[in-house]
Formats: sequence, C-alpha cells, structure tokens
Amino acid sequence: MTEPRRDAAIRVEGIWKIFGERSRQAMEAIRRDGLSKREIRERFDCIVGVRDASFSVGRGEIFCIMGLSGSGKSTLIRHINRLIEPTAGTVWIEGENVSAMGAEALRRLRAEKIGMVFQSMALMPHRTVRDNVAFSLEVRGRPEEERIRTADRALEMVDLAGWERKYPDELSGGMQQRVGLARALAADPAILLMDEPFSALDPLIRRQLQGTFMELSAELHKTTVFITHDLDEAIRIGDRIAIMKDGVLVQIGTPEEIVTRPADDYVADFVAGISKLDLVTAARVMVPFAAYVQAQGPQDTTGWPVGRPEMKLNELVDLAVATDHPILIAADGEPVGVVTKRALLRGIQGRDEERAA
Amino acid sequence: MADKAFDWLNPFASVNLGIATWADGIKQWAISNRELIQPVKQFFETVIVAIERALQATPPLVMLAILVLIAWQTAGRRGAIAVGTCLVVLGLLAPEAWGLAMTTLAIVIAAVILCVAIGLPLGILAGKNDRFEAAIRPVLDTMQTIPAFVYLVPVVMMIGIGNVSGVIVTIIFALPPLIRLTSLGIRGVNPSVVEAARAFGASPGQILRKVELPLAMPTILAGLNQTIMLSLSMVVIASMISVKGLGNEVLRAMGRLDAGKAIVGGLGIVMLAIVLDRITQGLGRSGRDRGHRHWWETGPAGLVTALFKKTT
Repeated sequence: MTEPRRDAAIRVEGIWKIFGERSRQAMEAIRRDGLSKREIRERFDCIVGVRDASFSVGRGEIFCIMGLSGSGKSTLIRHINRLIEPTAGTVWIEGENVSAMGAEALRRLRAEKIGMVFQSMALMPHRTVRDNVAFSLEVRGRPEEERIRTADRALEMVDLAGWERKYPDELSGGMQQRVGLARALAADPAILLMDEPFSALDPLIRRQLQGTFMELSAELHKTTVFITHDLDEAIRIGDRIAIMKDGVLVQIGTPEEIVTRPADDYVADFVAGISKLDLVTAARVMVPFAAYVQAQGPQDTTGWPVGRPEMKLNELVDLAVATDHPILIAADGEPVGVVTKRALLRGIQGRDEERAA
Repeated sequence: MADKAFDWLNPFASVNLGIATWADGIKQWAISNRELIQPVKQFFETVIVAIERALQATPPLVMLAILVLIAWQTAGRRGAIAVGTCLVVLGLLAPEAWGLAMTTLAIVIAAVILCVAIGLPLGILAGKNDRFEAAIRPVLDTMQTIPAFVYLVPVVMMIGIGNVSGVIVTIIFALPPLIRLTSLGIRGVNPSVVEAARAFGASPGQILRKVELPLAMPTILAGLNQTIMLSLSMVVIASMISVKGLGNEVLRAMGRLDAGKAIVGGLGIVMLAIVLDRITQGLGRSGRDRGHRHWWETGPAGLVTALFKKTT
C-alpha cells in the first residue's frame, strides 16, 4: 500500500510523534514492549500524536489526509516541513532528508519549495495583502520590484487583482483564504501543504474555493498534501485518500478503493453515506465476460448498450434505462464484462452482488 | 546571637542574624568602588547635559510649537490642542517655571531613553523564555515596591549627588512596566501567525522584527507610556539628591511651608505629565485606527507630503 515510489516527491517513513516531557523514554518503551496509547499516557504522562505513519506522495499528486479533529492529521502535516520535530522517523522531500537539514537549509526549503495554507488563514494583520503574499520572497531577501511582480501575479491567479494595497481585515473570510492560497503559490513551490484550508468557511464559499483550487491545481500540477475532516471534500479533490484515526493511518487508497473496500468498520462507517454514483467504475461491478457466458450460455449481444470499464455508475444508469438488455463492457473493441441491472443497483447501494445475495 | 532566653512562642525576637549590618556592607562596598563607576558617570553626565542644553537653548515658543506639532502627528488634532493648552498653562504658572520644566524634561528623557535601551531587550527575552520571566518577576516586584529612600543612599554613596544619581533612581522605579508590557505584548502575538512566518522560511530574527514586534507594538507603547509617567513621578524624590527642576521647587517649598510655591511646582509636573501622556498614547494607535494610512500620510507630515505630491 505504501511502497515507496521512485518518483515520490514526498516520502514519510515511520513517523512517530509523542508529546510530553518524557517522550524519548515513552518511545523506547513502545519499541521495547509495544505499549498502547492509554498505557503511555498513564506511565509516562505523554500523548501519542502520530503513530508510525508512512506514506509517499507522487509528483503532481493530490494526497488527502482525512480524519476527525484530534486524529493527529494537523500534527502529521507539520512534520513534512518540520514545523514539528518527529520523535522518530524520517521525511524525504525530492530525495532530500528533511530531518537531517540544518537551520538555513530548512528555511530555504520552506521559503522556496513548500507553500502552506492554514485553517486559521494566519495572515499578518499589519501587512498589506501584497506584503503578505510576498512574505516568503522577502525573507529570502529578494528585491522589492521582483516581490511586487510575483505577488501581483499570484493574486491574479486567485482573482484578487486590485486588492494588493488592502489589509487582511478589510477582506471577507473567503477572500482572506484566497490571499492565503496566493501566499502559498507566490514562490512557485513544488509542494503545497493545505491544513484544512476551507473548513472555516461557509459551505457556498467553500465549494467556490474548492473549485478555484482544483482549477489551479490542474493548471500548475503541484504536489499537494491536503488535510480535511470532510470526506466529500477529500473525494472531490484527492487522487488518493488516507484515513487517519487516533494518530494511525488506517487506510490509504484511491477514493474508489476507500469507498468500495473499506479496511475496517471505522472506515466503513465513514463511507456509508457517500454516493457511489460518480465514484465507482464499471470495472468494479461487472462480471467478467467469460464467466457470464459460462453461467448464462452463449449470448447474442447485438442491441446491448456498450460501455467502457472506466465509466462511472452514473453513466451506466443512463445506458441502462434505454433498454432491457444488460450492459456490455468493452475495451479496445473486445467485450471484457457484463453489468446486469441487478449488479448496477447493488453497486449504487455500495454492496457486492455475491455478498448481498 | 540570642541575647536573652529563647522564647518558643516568639522566636523572632530572640534571633538576630545581623542582616542590617551585613546589608550596610553594600554601602561600604559602594564607597570603596567609586573609581570603577566614574567613566560611566561621566558618560551619563554628558548625555544629560547635552539634552538639557538643547532644551534650554530652544526659545520657549519654538519649543511649544515643536511639541504641539509632535502631538498633532501622534495623537491628532485633539491631542495637539490639549498639549498646547497645557504648555501655555505651564509657562504662565510662574516666570521661572518653563526653564525648570525643561530641566525636568531633560532628566525624564535621559531616563526613558536608558529604560528603553535596557527594558526592551529584557522584555523580549522575558516574552520568549518562561524561565527568565519567572526569574525576573520578583526583581521587577522589588523595583516597583521597595521605597526609593532605601536605594537612594547606596546610589549616592557610589555616584554622588546630582543628575546622574537622579536618572539612575528614576530608572529603577520606572523600568518595570516597560519590561512587563513588552513581555505581555510578545506573548500575546497570535501563535498561528508566528507559525505561518516559520512555515514560509523566516528566521527567528526575522520573525521578531517582521511579526512579533510590530504586532506587540501597541502593548509595548502602553508600557513606554507608563514608564514615562512613573519617571515623572520620581522627580520630587530625585530632587532630594540635588536634582534640579520642578521637583526641587516642590521640595524647597515644603521645607519652607510655602504652599503657593509647592502648588506651582506640583501643577507644573502635572502639566508636563499630561503633555507627555498625550504624545505617547497617540503612538500606540494601530494602522487600522489611522484608517490604514502610513504615519506620514496623516497630521502635519501628511500636509507636507501632500504638498510635495502636488508640486512634483
């Protein structure tokens, strides 16, 4: 599930974070005796924030980490740019070991390679929008003319041209977070870290900003780690999703994998209410053509609607309502499977045909 | 140690650790180390004399105009009117009142400059470091509450009477609020903004200069205001060690039971206090209060700037 890819932009290996004065001893005790979270709290007065987290994010991929509040996701994302020091484990960014970096190298990495967006926006109230956006360039000592040019370009990307000289408190919440996004994009970093960027906004603005973000990310192809507590948001945005619970990464997979094959009851509960219509593909619900023929005898497939394996259930429904025949799934002109009405309905329900039967 | 029979119910009366005698040694130490302090004293003296000379050499009306303009800049039109009125009242109190007030002002300015030089770094340190804050707290409590007369004697023994001693005792009394409020201001900065600055690669020094100090500035300036007011309240006590100025008038009038002179001196101190308070309180206004304009875009400087913009 987490085998390191060769082109991984971010690789997180065995990160542990234990909060408390005696975190070192607690870590050793865990290694030695495998203590539980509760035992650690009782014996060492330490809190386990992240428990042995490993994952890798490919270049240009959007990786969502989903969990409820207190699950440790905000702690985990802060290890990537080392705002928090891990108790154990290593973070690699484009082949460089972040954990081994000196102070100056780390500052350069943060200013030039990583942009971060915060739930609380965290804009500087005493600086204009433009000076906020250009902050990472300013700390690297870039000339003013370049700072203005870069900041204005970033503001244009988030549709805030003309607001450069305003102060954050003169902007609405949604606009402030767009400034936050512009600040993260200004230095043209390879990596974006988004810590629940849209959670504090009202639903309408949230959807708008998700749209803005997805347009930008389709255009810019930034490697993104996106934290959210909203599964709909994770599914909408993420190429892959990691579900986090009590500091542990419970499951990592594509939205379709998470929804159709939850790793445990916790994840299953989470995804129960999610609509499968635009998520599950024909390949997941079809019966292989050979097996269908074996069971039902040779078939005359003329007049059957034809779909492709990567079609979503929603599209299959459109095909199915026009006829009484099952749907033939074909790839490269060859029939590969059959989706019966029954399988389609079970697929929408989120249950496998054989298990339901 | 115990000169009479030990009483269990009142043990303190029969125990004498000799702390007073031991503490008196500080005085002896101060006298025997006078030479060490001479260069420092010389430097203080030069600074104070230079400030006083500048203040005395400026004609009263010019000085009045300068102070009113400064008040207009920092505190707006209302502040300027208050400052102007107070200065006129001060000048009309007595023929010699203006000159005495300038002497007092020189001492206060010297003390406040040194307070900022000492207090700002200590306050920042206290804001960043819990241990240092815990250690410095009892020291600040002592400085604020110990009667000035207690340290008046050792300071005079070491440095002698005069302006330098006056400035030093003023600093001891007036320094604590600046340290306390600087620390409070730094601690009050929104931690998520500091985290954002770190996330974008700012070094600790850049975070201090570009984020923490600007955001803590209103609180720090409130501390500066308190420091100025406290140093003014020390001028009468400082006049006991032969510091000239308004305080000395009050002290001499008290000695002669001359109520009229005492009132004139006292009112003079109050007028000076209002002037300094208005000017420094205005400094604490945030950018938002000024309608997000830079300081040079408001007040008299704003008029000058606008004039230049029109001509160019």
